[in-house]
Amino acid sequence: MIDMLSMTFMQRALIAGLLVGFLGSYFGVFIVQRKMSFMGDGLAHAAFGGIALGLLLETEPMWIAVPFTLIISIGITLIRDKTSLEMDTSIGIFFALSVALGIIFISLRKHYTTDAFTYMFGSILSVNTSDLIISSIIVVISIVLSFKFWRKWAYATFDPELAKADKLNTKFDDYLLSALISISIVISIKLVGIVLIASFLVIPAASARLLSSTFFKMTILSVIFGLISSLVGLFLSYFLDLPSGATIILIQAIIFFIAMSLKK
Amino acid sequence: MENKTINQENENVVVFEKVTVRFGTHTALEDISLEIKKGLFITVVGPNGGGKTTFLKLILGLLEPTLGEVKVFGEKPLKNLTQAIGYVPQIKTFDRSFPALPIELVATGLTGNWIGILSKEQKRLALEALEQVGATNLAKKPLGKLSGGELQRIFLARSIIRKPRLLLLDEPASGIDVAGEMDFNNILEEYKKRQNATIIMITHDWESAYHHSDYVLLLNRVKICYDEPKKAFSEKWLRIAFGHLGHAHEMIFGVKNND
Repeated sequence: MIDMLSMTFMQRALIAGLLVGFLGSYFGVFIVQRKMSFMGDGLAHAAFGGIALGLLLETEPMWIAVPFTLIISIGITLIRDKTSLEMDTSIGIFFALSVALGIIFISLRKHYTTDAFTYMFGSILSVNTSDLIISSIIVVISIVLSFKFWRKWAYATFDPELAKADKLNTKFDDYLLSALISISIVISIKLVGIVLIASFLVIPAASARLLSSTFFKMTILSVIFGLISSLVGLFLSYFLDLPSGATIILIQAIIFFIAMSLKK
Repeated sequence: MENKTINQENENVVVFEKVTVRFGTHTALEDISLEIKKGLFITVVGPNGGGKTTFLKLILGLLEPTLGEVKVFGEKPLKNLTQAIGYVPQIKTFDRSFPALPIELVATGLTGNWIGILSKEQKRLALEALEQVGATNLAKKPLGKLSGGELQRIFLARSIIRKPRLLLLDEPASGIDVAGEMDFNNILEEYKKRQNATIIMITHDWESAYHHSDYVLLLNRVKICYDEPKKAFSEKWLRIAFGHLGHAHEMIFGVKNND
């Protein structure tokens, strides 16, 4: 155990695990209660387009993926607001567009690497210092904003019309929430992988929902489940030599089934 | 259409001056002018799509008129009026799976925002509001397990916690049984007397509107009539507003409906 913790890559992975575990489970409560699970999936695939472009340009993919995914999330929300199309239709359009772009970008690369596989399924070896810096900045921003915006987001999640009647700027709050969710998804991808990111966001919040009578308790429990599953998942990933995303999701699923049995 | 304005007290709570609302090419309300005086119980009645909810949204400041002007307590209803206005939404529109306790929901009426942990004072005020609507026993029952009538009482408690001078209700009787609706209307009348408040309620229940309101506003995109219930529910105005008399007319007046 001490040997494992003395390894730099593992230290980075554990810190990143705690950071993305916090972000995913914190924003997950809004995703679950607003029935936006498909958006998590859509944005993860949007990030794939950005990452592929980063790989093609041979620059740090995260620096391209963050603005790329942000633009897509704004596009999704804009189409919902400005047209009569439902959000899932809007997500479906951008989902396919981003994956198509991603495939084209990767096919344009002159040499093949395993990078793309890492991004699809997540790996503890892939976390570098710049990922940690971005994640830390986002977590600090999210914690600061969560004090100011949790109440507004919670109120608008309960009933947007009621929040508007109380003069909350729900449109701005929604865009901010979408933007932060997008960034959180992108920075979680290296550990969790594109394929599993939607579940990573949803399962801790869903488990917390089963055991909570209030939204505040749900948020706290979801964060606790998110942190525990990330840490335990990463340890298992190291000891069993398995992809980190899959092991984290496995722990989350175990917590979910325990919550279900406790609920009964 | 009739444009008579009835003055019972001097203070205007709500004033509409030549208000028109358009959504693209669709006109939701056209050239509405009226004054609503303090201390009245007004019901807004009209067919679906007649502009009732738009009327309420203008007072709440959720919509701005395309033409004309709306004033609430002498101001444009866009800001700083949340303390003076209580609002009971349609309960069918919100998500019952949201994890919340009624006491929390009632307390949102104090802050105009969700509250993570209630302070002792917020709890006390929320329980006081619940007591006023006879729902203290529901304080900690999960929202998802409340009946329509119970839920509507919770929303009413939420809307009166700040003791607003103007109470707006959007079809509060939908989904409530007859006995529950009678109790609800009695609570409203009691609140109106105690606070000298003005109440504006959208309803599809003509009988309830006839018996409980001081004035009835008949809306079908234009103001058909704003008058005492007996006059508003006359054959002439109902035919203009709805194109028929409906069964409620027969129930109210005991006159056989030949439509």
